[in-house]
Amino acid sequence: MSGVPLTVQLLNFCAALLLLLSFAMLSQRRIVNLVNLLAVQGSALLLATLLLAVRTGQHHLYVSAALTLGLKVILLPWLLHRLIRRLGVYWDAEPLLNISGTMLVGVLIVVFAFGLAQPISQLASTATRNAIGIAVAVVLLSFLMMITRRKAMSQVVGFLSMENGLFFGAMSATYGMPMVVEFGVALDVLVAVLVLGIFFFQIREQFDSLDLHHLESLREEAGGEGRN
Amino acid sequence: MRPIEIITQLLDLAAALVAAPLFVGWINQCRAWLQNRSAPSIWLPYRGIRKLFHKDAVIATRASALFRLAPYIVFGAMVLAAGIIPSMGTRLPVTRIADAIALVGLLATARVFMSLAAMDVGTAFGTLGARREMMVGFLAEPALLMVIFVASLISASTALPAITEHLATQTLGLYPSLAFTAVAFTMVLLAENARIPIDNPATHLELTMIHEALLLEYSARHLALMEWAAALKLFNYACIGFALFIPWGVSTVQGGPLALLASIPVLAAKLIAAGGVLALIETVSAKVRVFRAPEFLATAFLFAVLGLLVHLLLGA
Repeated sequence: MSGVPLTVQLLNFCAALLLLLSFAMLSQRRIVNLVNLLAVQGSALLLATLLLAVRTGQHHLYVSAALTLGLKVILLPWLLHRLIRRLGVYWDAEPLLNISGTMLVGVLIVVFAFGLAQPISQLASTATRNAIGIAVAVVLLSFLMMITRRKAMSQVVGFLSMENGLFFGAMSATYGMPMVVEFGVALDVLVAVLVLGIFFFQIREQFDSLDLHHLESLREEAGGEGRN
Repeated sequence: MRPIEIITQLLDLAAALVAAPLFVGWINQCRAWLQNRSAPSIWLPYRGIRKLFHKDAVIATRASALFRLAPYIVFGAMVLAAGIIPSMGTRLPVTRIADAIALVGLLATARVFMSLAAMDVGTAFGTLGARREMMVGFLAEPALLMVIFVASLISASTALPAITEHLATQTLGLYPSLAFTAVAFTMVLLAENARIPIDNPATHLELTMIHEALLLEYSARHLALMEWAAALKLFNYACIGFALFIPWGVSTVQGGPLALLASIPVLAAKLIAAGGVLALIETVSAKVRVFRAPEFLATAFLFAVLGLLVHLLLGA
């Protein structure tokens, strides 16, 4: 442990925090807390970006830190909170798998992700190469969350958390993506949340619920009598 | 065996025996302050134990010898466990025969005998308490072992004094793995010592109780020993926590008698702080249903496993 600079130690700590927050999101039943956890995850990501910027002195990382702050810590959680208020969905239904089961699957996924990232970490030359495994784990855990949740809201939160994981992965493997790509992805995410917000209203109007399993069955009479 | 080793060992045992009821009294006092009640005296656990030793024991007619023996076995196991844990100095001769895994075994022995004694008389409450105790125990034990394994991996030893020695003397570093395991350990401590999210230590006759249900048939000196053993268990857990997560201030191998003397106020300060934190946790959290206890302990286990994985990946 001695000999590792403090910034790298703090970066590792942020990585561990991101992993912890992913598990916290997996175990969370209330949608409001889920959005708050997403904001906290964004803050951890912001901290990691700033630390990396200080450590490497790469200026474009400050820009992406500002982007993270504006978009992932403030704007998106605010948008989601507004959506929750207007839709009146405060509780998520029981997930498909019970919480303890999801957690155990999550641990297996983390082991898998760490194994998967091992060769990549050996190729990378960055100070944060050890954290690549954690980034992959965060992405896969968000996948798991999207699979095990029924409601559209928590799936969107899972999607955003996956984007956080990808961002962190790019950061720890190659000190961040090119600026153009980063802006593009940020814009995409923002537009996706806005469009999905409109979708939510449409889905609720159609089915009186945000449960996505209504979308799985094909309805033959569409077009004929319209909706009943 | 050098004289300082024997002195350290004796001091360790004496501190555990004397400070354990005081620690419980301190937690109760903190809890009362936080809940706006007038606090009981910090010496109350002592008075309770003394009062119980003066009374005549009443034993159920159906009770076997196991019922009479169990308090002595449980108390003995807890005292031995206190001898293994380096609360003030790391030069403990007893630890050559027992490492941290044996310590978990000792705690399990005490639990098994307590549960057997509770079932021995055959009352409904005793059996109920024993079953719940075993359920909590078998879920908490793997989490505790995982916590110890993480610390063992970092310091390459399973002996508690060696772990403490390594963690206390190395250069200061951030260990995310230890942060995770500290959370896991706190949850195990709460569950194992019948504290609030799992059991309410203030209740004496309720359907939800675990620890008190086990002791319902005991009286007089047996009860005194059991209560003292429970206080020792809490003290032991607190000291395991200090040994793994805040090891600074214990007298290490280089330290002389002066360092040992200096470690006494350090331990007192740690205990005072830990008691305050425990009281705070118990005040702000609500007791969960018994059927939620597995979820609580599964989360503790998960934290410990995450700590292990993070240690293996980040090497920190």
